[in-house]
Amino acid sequence: MKTALSFVAGLALTTTAAMAADKPVLQVYAPDYFASEWGPGPSIEAGFEAQCGCDLEFVTGDVMPRLMLEGERTEADVVIGLNTDVTARARASGLFAPHGLDVSGLTLPVDWTDDVFVPFDYSYTAFIYDNTKITDAPNSFDALLAMPDDTKIVIQDPRSSISGLALLLWVKSVYGDKADEAWAKLNPKILTVTKGWSEAYGMFTDGEADMVLSYVTSPAYHIIAEEDLTKSAAIFDEGHYLYVDLVGKIANTDQPELADAFMAYVLSEEFQSGIATSNWSFPSKLATDKLPEGFANLPVPAKALVFSEEEAEAIRKPALDEWLAAASK
Amino acid sequence: MARRSVQISSTTILGVLALGVVVCLTLGTLVAVAMRAEGAGRLGPADWAAIRFTLWQAAASATLSILLAIPVARALARRSFPGRSVLITLLGAPFILPVIVAILGLIAVFGRTGLISQVLGLFGIEPISVYGYHGVILAHVFFNLPLATRLILQGWLAIPSERFRLAASLGMGPSDIARTLERPMLREVVPGAFLVIFLICLTSFAVALALGGGPKATTVELAIYEAFRFDFDLGRASLLALVQFGLGAALALIALRVAMPSDMGAGLDRAVTRWDDRPALLVQDIVAITLATLFLLLPLGMVVLDGLPRLLHLPDVVFGAALRSVIVALVSAALTLALSLPIAALAVRHNSRVVEALGYLTIAASPLVIGTGLFIITFPFVKPSDLALPITAIVNAALSLPFTLRALVPALAAVERDFGPLADGLGMTGWTRLRHLWLPRLRRPMGFALGLAAALSMGDLGVIALFADGDNATLPLQLFRLMAAYRMEDAAAAALLLLTLSLGLFWLFDKGGRVNADR
Amino acid sequence: MLTVDSMRIEMGDFSLAGDFKIAPGARVAVLGPSGAGKSTLLAAIAGFQPLDAGQILWDTKPMPKDPAARPISMVFQDNNLFPHLTVAQNVGLGLRPNLRLSAEEHTRVANALTRVGLEGMGDRKPAQLSGGQIARVALARVLLRDRPVLLLDEPFGALGPALKAEMLELVRTLLDETGATLLMVSHDPEDARVLCNQVVLVADGQAHAPVATEEMFANPPEVMQEYLGR
Repeated sequence: MKTALSFVAGLALTTTAAMAADKPVLQVYAPDYFASEWGPGPSIEAGFEAQCGCDLEFVTGDVMPRLMLEGERTEADVVIGLNTDVTARARASGLFAPHGLDVSGLTLPVDWTDDVFVPFDYSYTAFIYDNTKITDAPNSFDALLAMPDDTKIVIQDPRSSISGLALLLWVKSVYGDKADEAWAKLNPKILTVTKGWSEAYGMFTDGEADMVLSYVTSPAYHIIAEEDLTKSAAIFDEGHYLYVDLVGKIANTDQPELADAFMAYVLSEEFQSGIATSNWSFPSKLATDKLPEGFANLPVPAKALVFSEEEAEAIRKPALDEWLAAASK
Repeated sequence: MARRSVQISSTTILGVLALGVVVCLTLGTLVAVAMRAEGAGRLGPADWAAIRFTLWQAAASATLSILLAIPVARALARRSFPGRSVLITLLGAPFILPVIVAILGLIAVFGRTGLISQVLGLFGIEPISVYGYHGVILAHVFFNLPLATRLILQGWLAIPSERFRLAASLGMGPSDIARTLERPMLREVVPGAFLVIFLICLTSFAVALALGGGPKATTVELAIYEAFRFDFDLGRASLLALVQFGLGAALALIALRVAMPSDMGAGLDRAVTRWDDRPALLVQDIVAITLATLFLLLPLGMVVLDGLPRLLHLPDVVFGAALRSVIVALVSAALTLALSLPIAALAVRHNSRVVEALGYLTIAASPLVIGTGLFIITFPFVKPSDLALPITAIVNAALSLPFTLRALVPALAAVERDFGPLADGLGMTGWTRLRHLWLPRLRRPMGFALGLAAALSMGDLGVIALFADGDNATLPLQLFRLMAAYRMEDAAAAALLLLTLSLGLFWLFDKGGRVNADR
Repeated sequence: MLTVDSMRIEMGDFSLAGDFKIAPGARVAVLGPSGAGKSTLLAAIAGFQPLDAGQILWDTKPMPKDPAARPISMVFQDNNLFPHLTVAQNVGLGLRPNLRLSAEEHTRVANALTRVGLEGMGDRKPAQLSGGQIARVALARVLLRDRPVLLLDEPFGALGPALKAEMLELVRTLLDETGATLLMVSHDPEDARVLCNQVVLVADGQAHAPVATEEMFANPPEVMQEYLGR
């Protein structure tokens, strides 16, 4: 038992050792992928720490549930990696403070008026396919629905995955009241519904599925990191659902200056030019000519579909029920 | 029996303490979550569908596991061949396999581009699909066939060899032996084995997620996850967890009446000698053993094949995570023993099945609710990330309890039956009894229990999500990170690493319990 | 003086009563048909079997509850040695249950082994011993425990005739040395004649008061006659 206890104590110590330094600590809550060696976290941490004289600490995990549980007592100073689908609930929690930044120079495809959450990158939901196997890729949602039923597609569960939820809203924004008919046509082609994006994408790269629900920017990874040009996003005439990654400041942070500095850093050119290849999405404030090569040439949807926060929150539940009903047939 | 006053008090105190920990971890965390909820939860039609599906898939998985296990166990019971004991050990591997690794292996064999579909493709046959109800059940059978086989094989080996000799001397054929010896044994063994597997499948989460093929295959545990994660409806989450407990408890009550399988850690090294052999039986046994071996080992082989190319090129952080996981697994195994030995002692001393049943509570507990409850309880006092690894170790220990108790309780009962009076007469109490009687006599089941607990802990990432900080990822979490970073080949190598470490830890402990053990 | 005072034990259909005294230094054979309760009587005296009524006294004082605290050494039918401990450790338990022996105590263990004819075998494990040797190890431990009462629950039942005679002889020598009181359960009336001067007959739910061995065999009561097959 003694050895076991000292093990546990040792484990606990390794996590607190970093706190010993007397620099101020900025705690940034983020989804798990953020802090992984291959995620955007490490370079953001290095970049910000070089200018702030502080210790930036990422706390990763289920961000929103954790914030809701912690409430007013949260230790977080900044939260990064929220998405438009949870902002209504995040805003309602009253935990966030206005950002106070000038967001006029954003390069988003839509106007940004939110005074609480700041976008740091964006992409569009899209179906990715292998262009050596599918040569006549669909160029509209209608064409996708009309594909033969032995085309197998993997999607994510809208109840557990943000991209899954985005698909739900995408279908709703394209088909409106006829969304259930669209689902009825799509369903026979759906191989399986996974919990998260990773499992689905893994199935696609393993050759299990012909198409996968992902983002228009996904091929950039294959082009830049693997020099693999065989992965493409199918671009639809009806438009694609816009997906925005956000950062917000906690109102009762004990490091308000650091938090503000970090929020400003997110829109700096240093951050913006790094985010494309670390989070594989479009920077929210960067001129097109400064994009990495693989990104600049990506086909981009002509039309961004988006619901307002209130619309999305109102649509979510009925759209989910509609999907459940269709998928359970 | 009213005796051993000194012994009773220390055993009772420690046992009650250990039970207290288990009850706090299971029911206590549930209460904490329910109290934090705003307003009582209500179950919608989707929740009821989840409850129905959970019961249905658990029943189907358990039935199928048992039906398939019977011919395999019979073949293993009556055949002795070189490598038999190695094969039995290997066939047990899926049970302790991390779920994520197992699913990768199953897809590599049964998926649309898997081995089977490729072979079918040679004959121009359409690829098979593993996604849907049948995928969930296939995976559950994959996990639980080894357990069912083990339990039923024990039943076979428990038939005294004299009875087979008697049957031979009376000129009984295979069907006579089946009627007079084997079916009565199965009637005793099967209900208990069925219940255990049913309970295991009851809390299935990741399997249903990956292979369920859609919202039709939603289990209660998955519904809890969604209620918590997406609706932040703690009331509904705790209500669903309560339903899951209720189902588990109802089954546990039945289990108390049915003979539960005994001694999971017992040796299976000998075969039954029989005199009723015929060529047809030999063929039948060869087929059963071959099919079971292929079904259970092919997916593992595919994980090895897929993972090997990148194994030595894995980034250092993956090995760091592996080391962290191993340490957590070792701590978790030690904690499991520290919890299960006092509970086993309490159950044996007071001959109480209620004590044992309380120890099984965790089989029906929701890891997510345990994690959330612990977060709510500890957050006001401690920084959550400081607790990430200790809490992972404790929760994994609690989740292994049902299996370690199953190995320890019957073994301890046998030790006390054989040597209790002698030790009492000599005044071996307290620490002395533990040190000089229990620990040496329980080496085998303890080795088995430690190995099982360590292996189960390696693959789990159920509770860490709320507590984690960026720098302390365990190996399964690191595997997900690799996948999230599009690095599927590295992820396959990490899966192989996870597989190797899980099986390796189990093998080391199990072996350690056997080497030089005086019978 | 060992007193069985108005003892009564009930277990379902089975019952056993007894009320008698055994003089210090007596060597008593416990005889009777199978299932009559010979072993139960010994278990009651040793403290393993709770009584429904009455008590067991040693020198007018009730015996303590804890079997180890009673003035008793007991040798069982089997499982007398822990298989995982060496011969020396098994014997050493008679001195210290926690096995923390001093150098002097180690010497005593070695001497006890020599005394029972197992010199130099202290490092062996029980699995390497014959049945007779196992019984000797158990007796070496009895020697070191040095309690005034020795209970033997048929420990030599599985030994052949020659070996058994040897063991009974060893027990006799040990008793001569220590002057302990002996109660020995046996199936074989001959054991009683060889070693014991008194017989307690257990039959029909009753443990009878001890009778001199010669008297018992010269004038056996009816149950004894049936048992002996006369």
